[in-house]
Amino acid sequence: MGASVLRPDGALKVSGEFAYSSDLWLDGMLWGATLRSPHPSAWIRSIDIGPALAMPGVYAVLTHEDVPGEKFYGLENKDQPVLAIDQVRYQGEPVALVAADHPETARRAADAIVVTYGEREAVTDPRVALERRMLVRHQPVRVGSTFSADVVVTGEYEVGMQDQAFLGPESGLAVPAEDGGVDLYIATQWLHVDQGQVAPCLGLPPEKVRLTLAGVGGAFGAREDLSMQIHASMLALRTGKPVKMVYGREESFFGHVHRHPAWMRYEHGATLDGRLVYVKAEILLDGGAYTSSSPAVVGNAASLGVGPYEVDNVHIDAYGTFTNNPPCGAMRGFGAVQACYAYESQMDRLAAACGLTPVEIRIRNAVSQGSRLATGQVVDTPAPLAEMLRDLDAMPLPESVSRDLRDLPGGVGQTTHGDGVRRGVGYGVGIKNICFSEGFDDYSTARVRVELLGGEPHVLVHTAAAEVGQGLVIIQAQIARTELGIDHVTVAPADTQVGSSGSSSASRQSYVTGGAVKTACEAVRERIEKDGRPLEVILQDGPIEETREYRHRRTFPMDPVTGQGDSHTQLALCVHRAVVDVDVELGLVKVVELAAVQDVGKILNPLALEGQIHGGTAQGLGLALMEEIQVRDGKVLNPSFTDYLIPTILDMPPMQLKILENPDPNAPYGLRGAGEPPTLSSTPAIAAAVRNATGLPLSRVPIRPQDIALA
Amino acid sequence: MDFLRPLTWAEALEMKAERPDATPIQGGTDVMVEINLDKGRPTALLDLAAVAELAEWTRDNGTVRLGAGVSYTRLIAELAGDLPGLAQASRTVGSPQIRNRGTVAGNLGAASPAGDSHPPLLATGAEVEAESVRGSRMIAITDFYRGVKRNALEPDELIRAVRIPVATGPQYFSKIGTRNAMVIAVSSFAIAFDGRRVGTGIGSAAPTPRRAPEAEAFLESALDWSGPLDADVARRFGELVRDAAAPIDDVRGTRDYRLHSLAVMARRTLTWAWEDHLRCA
Repeated sequence: MGASVLRPDGALKVSGEFAYSSDLWLDGMLWGATLRSPHPSAWIRSIDIGPALAMPGVYAVLTHEDVPGEKFYGLENKDQPVLAIDQVRYQGEPVALVAADHPETARRAADAIVVTYGEREAVTDPRVALERRMLVRHQPVRVGSTFSADVVVTGEYEVGMQDQAFLGPESGLAVPAEDGGVDLYIATQWLHVDQGQVAPCLGLPPEKVRLTLAGVGGAFGAREDLSMQIHASMLALRTGKPVKMVYGREESFFGHVHRHPAWMRYEHGATLDGRLVYVKAEILLDGGAYTSSSPAVVGNAASLGVGPYEVDNVHIDAYGTFTNNPPCGAMRGFGAVQACYAYESQMDRLAAACGLTPVEIRIRNAVSQGSRLATGQVVDTPAPLAEMLRDLDAMPLPESVSRDLRDLPGGVGQTTHGDGVRRGVGYGVGIKNICFSEGFDDYSTARVRVELLGGEPHVLVHTAAAEVGQGLVIIQAQIARTELGIDHVTVAPADTQVGSSGSSSASRQSYVTGGAVKTACEAVRERIEKDGRPLEVILQDGPIEETREYRHRRTFPMDPVTGQGDSHTQLALCVHRAVVDVDVELGLVKVVELAAVQDVGKILNPLALEGQIHGGTAQGLGLALMEEIQVRDGKVLNPSFTDYLIPTILDMPPMQLKILENPDPNAPYGLRGAGEPPTLSSTPAIAAAVRNATGLPLSRVPIRPQDIALA
Repeated sequence: MDFLRPLTWAEALEMKAERPDATPIQGGTDVMVEINLDKGRPTALLDLAAVAELAEWTRDNGTVRLGAGVSYTRLIAELAGDLPGLAQASRTVGSPQIRNRGTVAGNLGAASPAGDSHPPLLATGAEVEAESVRGSRMIAITDFYRGVKRNALEPDELIRAVRIPVATGPQYFSKIGTRNAMVIAVSSFAIAFDGRRVGTGIGSAAPTPRRAPEAEAFLESALDWSGPLDADVARRFGELVRDAAAPIDDVRGTRDYRLHSLAVMARRTLTWAWEDHLRCA
């Protein structure tokens, strides 16, 4: 524990040898394809599958009529049809399925299906949806009654629709089983919640839908909702053959939910010396066509809407809307990202209004252990935000403007040799809830078995927890080695043959599945200690196996009127400083350096942890400067990596990191989830740095070149 | 789809004559992407990768004859001195993998207004050497672009080479992208000094790549070749380049930003070229 043990999948992924879900193969398998709606909102008048069925090589063409069980599924509400029934509510909604002996044939057959649509008005402006009360959730927060102050700053902010942009598109293989069930090999974030949604739609009991995790090429929230799981299973059960489905890149943009775009209005009141008196906020998050995880996203935006600051008077309304835009749901940071961009922008405005530095205004209002959040929840574990900010501020600043094109705004595009380039520095602070909140029964299960193999004790760790690239497999092995003192540890493939581990989401797996593995190991150790004989002798009687569930502290719902409640179990902080060079004439930005301080409670694997902080920071950089799904009238304009830009190595600068270890006594080893917090704070830090360089208000991310150049 | 793979140039021309419908493919960095995205399906592919003579370049009488199979990577490594503007543009093409396979001739074949090689080809007055079984002809670069993704090649013609004058003065290429690498141009501009003539090329800001003739003419009359660059001249040049463009709003950028950025790039590249000119003079 605490060592940079290399993960088993690392070298394979770098060398291109790792087997992803898209590499799955069985002889005789068929290929599935999906026909999707071209319209954001329409009635379906008729579907003619005849032309598709007539094509050679086509084995099955299925519509909603062929769904064997329940017709609807969903993470929080079962409101999403497996296949559209009488209407479509977003562009890209699945309408029909094809299985054929070749992927190209399947796609062409899908195109041959004739669907007659009756287009109708699409509601694509969430402000209109709010007026019409088309709401998935409204969560107020009400504290205190003083809403006037000596210094008042207001601002309206907008966050574009970000995509998780994982590299491995949705894919999996469904294999019909002799018992009438199906074995599904799938890249997902939570096997059991998939099983719980797939089985009813197939009309099967859960035990007949067995899932095994296939190689996952990134997730970031986009694999929380189902994509092709039910579809491939339906095709496999209908044809009696294994069916593989792999989305292409363009289809992937329609095949998963995105980060909610947000429109936010904030008002901060403070004393003349910069101490917060009140915060008022309206946060509008567009959830698109279906519920997905919007309710929980809205909950986070509300409960964390003022950020990690002490303020006695709070008036927040957070709304999630239904529209005919692409469905939005989970993405790294989960509702806390959007609010963080707005409240941090406000803190900078407040600093300017009070004549304070950005660091000083934050230190004056920073939470610490014992502070009360806007929800009334007391921060009962270390939260050394002021110290973190001082540490960050003390880090050395990078050198002056470089002359190498690769270090200048515009890169090798050579738009400047230094002409028009100004440097800016900005700060951002974020607070993120770790693990599921608001009363969710959030647990994980681990089975640990010790046995003799070749005369030596071996440990087998079995959980259903999804390795999505975050490095969980090696963490589980490290925990088992540490707890049992046995070198040979194997982590079994994740599947549904063991109890649920919950989702690889909310930065929770080291905490919850780590806790489950630790607890199961302790149970095994207890048996060994009680026995008293040497381990090798005990194991000659047979293996020792223990299965344990692990739960974090209970959380409670937010009051629907006041937002009050101990809704979170753990809170994590990250602070960023961004240094940018901006070509103020052309509006191009080069991020020169990002520095971060994060408190993780306990470092389990330094290399993996730094990777998480770098990656989260990069994803925040993407949101600040380039990543946006452009939607017009409900239609996606840029469903490709040609036009949906994510940062390259020339965009992501070197980082200075300082990682603190102030343990959380409630968590295993005192650890604190680490994957999400850096995604929150890097975006506002970069936006602030660009403001600092340009003097422009820049109230929208991503910041586009024209926002600077034509301001 | 038929797949044709000639081993010699003569064989390639015969195949193209027989199958004028065949789409030539060299590095495949455009053609394969279109096929993968299912944007039209060629009836035949004519794979030129095995035609060895295409992968050569020669220099003769102040002109580089750049074979249609020379990759961007090689152009950057071997011709940055002779063709600085084109080499700078090549550096901005895609990723290293794309530059290893992609070619200037492929850029010309695709004739996308956003192709990175077009502005320096225009600025230097390059010629396209087109050939068919009927013979060979030179097409002036200004006559080559005929519309969005359309060029002047006859159905039986292939691009044998591009002829580009060796640089006699400073050249610069400048390209706007919304990230610092691996990006399609939002707008781009090239400038090339040749004696006292200044050539220009505009990319991604009109249905085809194009020159800015009025801007060129303005410089020829307004420049004082012995002294420092007048800031007003540089600014006016930028405005004239901007006025030569006819961009649209699209997912990569707005019309107004494209116009603005062209004025800035033209002014800056002229300024850099002028500094080089004064240094050399």
